[in-house]
Amino acid sequence: MSKVEITVSNVHKNFKDVQALKGVSMHFETGRLYGIIGPAGAGKTTLFRLILNLLTITTGQITYREDGRPLPFDAFREKIAYMPQTQSLYADLSIDEHLAFFKDLYGINEQEYTRKKKELLQLTRLDKFLDRPAGKLSGGMYKKLGLMCALLRSPKVMLLDEPTNGVDPISRREFWDMLHEAVEQGILVIMTTAYMDEAERCGEVVLMEEGRVLAVGEPKTLLQKAQVNNFDELFLKRGGSHVDNG
Amino acid sequence: MSTMVDVRHLFVRFGDFTAVRDVSFTVEKGEIFGFLGANGAGKTTTIRVLCGLLLASEGRVFIDNEELIAGHESLIKSKVGYMSQHFTLYDDLSIRENMDFAASLRHMNHAEYLKNRRDLLDFIGFNEDLTKVVRDLPTGIKQEIALCVSLLHQPKIVFLDEPTAGVAPVARHRFWELIKKLVAQGKTIFVTTHYMDEAENCGRIALMRSGELIALDSPANLKQNTFHKQLYHLSPITTPVILPDRNLFDIWEPYGQNYHAVFKNDTDISIVRKHFNIQKISPSLEDVFIQLVEGQTR
Repeated sequence: MSKVEITVSNVHKNFKDVQALKGVSMHFETGRLYGIIGPAGAGKTTLFRLILNLLTITTGQITYREDGRPLPFDAFREKIAYMPQTQSLYADLSIDEHLAFFKDLYGINEQEYTRKKKELLQLTRLDKFLDRPAGKLSGGMYKKLGLMCALLRSPKVMLLDEPTNGVDPISRREFWDMLHEAVEQGILVIMTTAYMDEAERCGEVVLMEEGRVLAVGEPKTLLQKAQVNNFDELFLKRGGSHVDNG
Repeated sequence: MSTMVDVRHLFVRFGDFTAVRDVSFTVEKGEIFGFLGANGAGKTTTIRVLCGLLLASEGRVFIDNEELIAGHESLIKSKVGYMSQHFTLYDDLSIRENMDFAASLRHMNHAEYLKNRRDLLDFIGFNEDLTKVVRDLPTGIKQEIALCVSLLHQPKIVFLDEPTAGVAPVARHRFWELIKKLVAQGKTIFVTTHYMDEAENCGRIALMRSGELIALDSPANLKQNTFHKQLYHLSPITTPVILPDRNLFDIWEPYGQNYHAVFKNDTDISIVRKHFNIQKISPSLEDVFIQLVEGQTR
């Protein structure tokens, strides 16, 4: 199993007069589930878009490595799966049709596809709903289908932008189980969330607010160090002295 | 305390499908009442009935002692306000335009509207330019303006749909302080949310599953009465982590680098203690939700 790493070093991103990121640094590597936690406007999605090379960095650097070797982004790109906040699934296509479509899109061979599809359907418990169109899935099932499509080509890195937004607690917990399963299979998982109560489910968290990193570390250690009970309190203590969050 | 919402044996059917089945509960005046359930549990259907947007197939519903019957919907609508995290204001309109529009939908008298608008903006402490476009407002301020819009026609009960999900902690804290002030003034608040930290603000919580009401109590009582087995936090003390036999557990769930677990038999704790630090923990409201909705230990 190869080890991949992404290092973000002192990255700034400006949109005209707005400083979306103000010198953020962090490191991600295979074997952990990373959560980028912060309210709306913290800069989480901008950070993802920079990692994905969809935006250009104003100043700073992002480096990608596999087994210690630096790789240019073009060589790293195929290892990444991305699940944006608003997923582009087709309302009229069933779960089965989506999987077949993404198989063709990624050029996965038939044997590998059959194995992967079976594994993913078991993991998501969506095997009973193969014929249901995406437009008729519940919020949680829809997100799980998005995750399945992303996992189909066995990525080494998964970036998930607010995947649990609007999902009920049961589907959310199943979703988290799937993410932990992905980490156990050797995928580097990085997700964003605006929900503070999800921070404790991550292996390591990056707390962001208004384009800055407030804290990085293992959730329990961060709470102990700050002598607070939860991440709401930690945010109140470390940052956010204003009501504004943009 | 008198009753604001009285739901008696409510059924809502769509053809052969029963979305709400024999649901009964009351909400008292000045209460913060939480209404929770998984997707498809019948929450939205029930709320649509309470807001006068849908008629019951069977059963009776009273809002502020007025029975909800065909032809009386507009009377009920005047007593009800609604605010959602996701959509209440138009981003391209200014604050004033949004408020003007909401008032026009309610056919409000202009002088009354202007007075209520001024009172509400004072209530949230907003004294900035009303010509600001909503898109340019910070999220926290947007939430507060949306709350004002839902209160313009002076409803007696306000429905809040995930009102502060994703809002910064400082703004969220301030918002709930405003809600508590409203309650102190006699407003009734009906909250529906998937986020348990929002539900913790409620005095009582009703939990729906498959169209039926399966629990109704305070958050503290729900936590105390739902779990009959101890929940543990397990932190690995060895590297690499040596995972125990999962058959020892009713619940085994990754939680960051740690695990939350319920043992089938607490005498098995000694087996696991060799490789983990084990701490007793209290269940969260999310644990309660999952236990009750899924009907399993957790």
